Amino acid sequence: MRFAVIQFPGSNCDYDVVYVLKNVLGVPTDLVWHKFFKGDVYDAVILPGGFSYGDYLRSGAIASHSPAMEEVKKIAEDGRPVLGICNGFQILIEAGLLPGALMPNDCLKFVCKWVTLKCETSGTAFTCMIPEGRLLHIPIAHREGRYFNTREELEKMRENRQIVFRYVDEKGEVNSKANPNGSVENIASVCNVKGNVVGLMPHPERASEKVLSPYKDCDGILLFKSMVRFLKS
Amino acid sequence: MGRTKAIPVKVNLSKKEIRVIRRLMGREPTLEEWGMFDIMWSEHCSYKSSRPILKKLPTSSPRVVVGPGYDSGIVDVGDGYVVAFKVESHNHPSAIEPYNGAATGIGGIVRDVLAIGARPILLIDPLRFGRLESSRTKWLFRYVVKGIGDYGNCIGVPTVAGEVEFDESFETNCLVNVACYGVAKKDKIFLARFDNPGDILILIGGSTGRDGIHGVTFASKTIGEKSEEDRPAVQIGDPFTKKLLIETVLEILETGYVHGIKDLGGGGLTCATSEMAAKGGTGVEIELDKVHVREEGMTPYELLLSESQERMLLAVDPKGVDEVKKILEKYEIPYSIIGRVTDTGLLVAKFNGKVVASIPPKYLAETPVVRRKAKKPSYLRKVLKVKKPREPKNLSETVYRLLEAPNIACKEWVYRQYDHEVGVRTVLKPGEADAAVLRILETGRGIAVKADCNSRHSYLDPFNGSAGALAEAVRNVVCVGGEPLAYTDCCNFGNPENPEVFWQFKRGVEGLAYMSRALGVPCVGGNVSFYNEDENTRVAVKPSIVVVMLGLVENLEWVTTMAFKGYGEPIVLVGKTYPELGGSEYYHEIHGLTGGKPPKADGKKEKATVKTVMEAIRNGFVTSAHDCSKGGLAIALALMAIKGKMGVKVDLSKVPSSKPIRMDELLFSESYARIVLTAPNLDSAKKILKIAGKNGAPANIIGETVDDDRFTLMMGLKKTVECSVSLMEKVWRETIPKAMGEEAE
Repeated sequence: MRFAVIQFPGSNCDYDVVYVLKNVLGVPTDLVWHKFFKGDVYDAVILPGGFSYGDYLRSGAIASHSPAMEEVKKIAEDGRPVLGICNGFQILIEAGLLPGALMPNDCLKFVCKWVTLKCETSGTAFTCMIPEGRLLHIPIAHREGRYFNTREELEKMRENRQIVFRYVDEKGEVNSKANPNGSVENIASVCNVKGNVVGLMPHPERASEKVLSPYKDCDGILLFKSMVRFLKS
Repeated sequence: MGRTKAIPVKVNLSKKEIRVIRRLMGREPTLEEWGMFDIMWSEHCSYKSSRPILKKLPTSSPRVVVGPGYDSGIVDVGDGYVVAFKVESHNHPSAIEPYNGAATGIGGIVRDVLAIGARPILLIDPLRFGRLESSRTKWLFRYVVKGIGDYGNCIGVPTVAGEVEFDESFETNCLVNVACYGVAKKDKIFLARFDNPGDILILIGGSTGRDGIHGVTFASKTIGEKSEEDRPAVQIGDPFTKKLLIETVLEILETGYVHGIKDLGGGGLTCATSEMAAKGGTGVEIELDKVHVREEGMTPYELLLSESQERMLLAVDPKGVDEVKKILEKYEIPYSIIGRVTDTGLLVAKFNGKVVASIPPKYLAETPVVRRKAKKPSYLRKVLKVKKPREPKNLSETVYRLLEAPNIACKEWVYRQYDHEVGVRTVLKPGEADAAVLRILETGRGIAVKADCNSRHSYLDPFNGSAGALAEAVRNVVCVGGEPLAYTDCCNFGNPENPEVFWQFKRGVEGLAYMSRALGVPCVGGNVSFYNEDENTRVAVKPSIVVVMLGLVENLEWVTTMAFKGYGEPIVLVGKTYPELGGSEYYHEIHGLTGGKPPKADGKKEKATVKTVMEAIRNGFVTSAHDCSKGGLAIALALMAIKGKMGVKVDLSKVPSSKPIRMDELLFSESYARIVLTAPNLDSAKKILKIAGKNGAPANIIGETVDDDRFTLMMGLKKTVECSVSLMEKVWRETIPKAMGEEAE
């Protein structure tokens, strides 16, 4: 089993994801410069957060045209797991691998804080170990994370179980107070129809060790553990 | 005057300095050379006024690897690793163009840390603005914070701590200080020196343009109406290029072919080449026409002085040039090979083959000292002797009013905009404790970091104010479970040519030196920013020496926050309270008073307090810790209650204090050397008292946490203060968002 974390110019959570995969989870992981990325040797790929190409034009827009993304598309079609975190989520949307759009936060500012998420489906490569309804503490840090899609599309996504996480309060309620950026239906994460491609705004790699969590839990690691289990089964 | 020629370009040099330059050179300098002297002999680059004073600071300890004089101070944190850190001011550019001024401040400080071969891991930004009600303050505050956030967030270096003070003296001249810390292997440190003649000079990163020309001479002037015209002297930041530059430089340094490296900041190419050659005792030859530029027709004068951002200069072993080029090409970082290190002892700059400047580098780097006059300011007589105001009838109301005071109010509005998590190192985050704690991934230990300054105390007494700032920074790292190792300081003052300002500076540094010795914590670097003064009103900023602290947390299990943890836990106060309300938030907010007797800093008392708390934490006797600072004991307790979402019951008659003392003095005096602790049980609390007794620190159990919303401070049987914790939290949270036209969370 071998994992790749793709490094675009301006990625800045690349080392963090590699650290968690290698040092916390203990799985073989390569940090690969986007120009050198070849998909066929990897079982799964992660697009890390950051500001690829300085977020010039639009977040993720330029990186989505990198030749590396053609490779990522092949992996996705193959059914192998693909995870996009924060800027990686933006890139997956820009590349057409995930539905919807990510717009500037409704407060128009960058927001960095710990939020509570509710798992809406265990049917993805990154949530197969997370029971539906389980609450997770994971931090967000972004300026353009307001998920949007049309009512018709959202209807389809619900039918296909494509909504993966929602922002909720401590009791698990979906409400506007728990919504940090104005996302439609408090959506924090979505997947493709097959469930092997997942994008999310929160940073699971920052919540994968107890020492980093103000709640003294390590919920983020569940996503990476799920990925490993998904590949094993 | 017949033999002295007119200088062909505008310079900011004194007549005496011009004479010295002519004598040193033994000929009439060229236009380019005048420009180079002008920039290198500016206050900002040369520290010509401050150097003799700064020499008073102790700078060594077994932990110090590199002290002042290089790009960053370097401190041994054990296990073969060092932490490099540095603070810088970006006051003048931020006062004119807050967004880019603040952003490029980050850019510069990150390069300073990168230049010693360290990966930047955190940023701290101490900020000072005018009154929060003023629209100018709101504009500056909003865009400075945005500038720091946009830049720091993009380069992936978390901003984990800082402080914000509002005071009318910063109305025109806001203070924007930025500090960066980095980690490196002890045996892989790089210094800004040219030691090997024959090394090839590669200029990498951003292209050179006309932006920022004479930024440093601009920073060595006061701010007036005309400063708006100086806007082109403010650089424009490019965090995307900076992020690539960080990765590129670290990869290049890994090759082992780099012998010297320096960032290009104030003074541009002139400063970098002259300082590196002067330190190495070598020479250097550069070809200015080889520099990659972003504008056409740049003159050699402009190329020598441009302060365009995101540039670094490397001295590379000729054998390694190809390998270095390969890495630059991988990251698509622009570069140019601009010259070489020589053994001529001369800095030679050529343009299209013609020599435009030829100066021994040390003439530029070793500026003659300017001895300034110091005179005790006349305002002190008036302000130190103000009459004590009458005590308010309703002290509960006073507690609420202090909690909503801008200097005490919650700063979440600021730190929500900063990515404080990137890097997976942040153990204690902004707002959780007295200092931030980050783990060092490579060693498993932690560092505690914090910046402190109290400009109102310093205004009344710069000696005790600065000593107090250092003591506070030490207390803060101790409260989170750390041990202070070293600090760097950022001195912000008015015009040093004014003897009263220079006196403030001198006394401030002397106070710092005193406390530094008393606590055994050395200074490893710093920055001096003068001329923070309004040209029209002649109002200078309150003297502000910001202390930026590095502490080591040997064991992450010792990490302690300020929130009360459990009901019924005994509250212990370490340290004695004195009637010291001068410069307090209480005087300012409640009585509109500037003056009175400010707290006295006492090294012995500080040492007793921090030793006690360090020992208590390490023995597991402490569940929460918070030092008493702005707002005194009452506010320290209030913040611990707010964070822990629980009440307290305290008997003020148990507070160790000098006698006689008034109730308002007991509650709001900002006496130093005090820390509030909670213990898990009475037994542990008594053990803390024992440790305090051994160390000679006055201490007592003053009350306990309670299972309700009530914040009750009694004097014997009489209720002195009774507040609701949830209401306290509400007013404390609302101030800043409300002022900025937003709702509190």
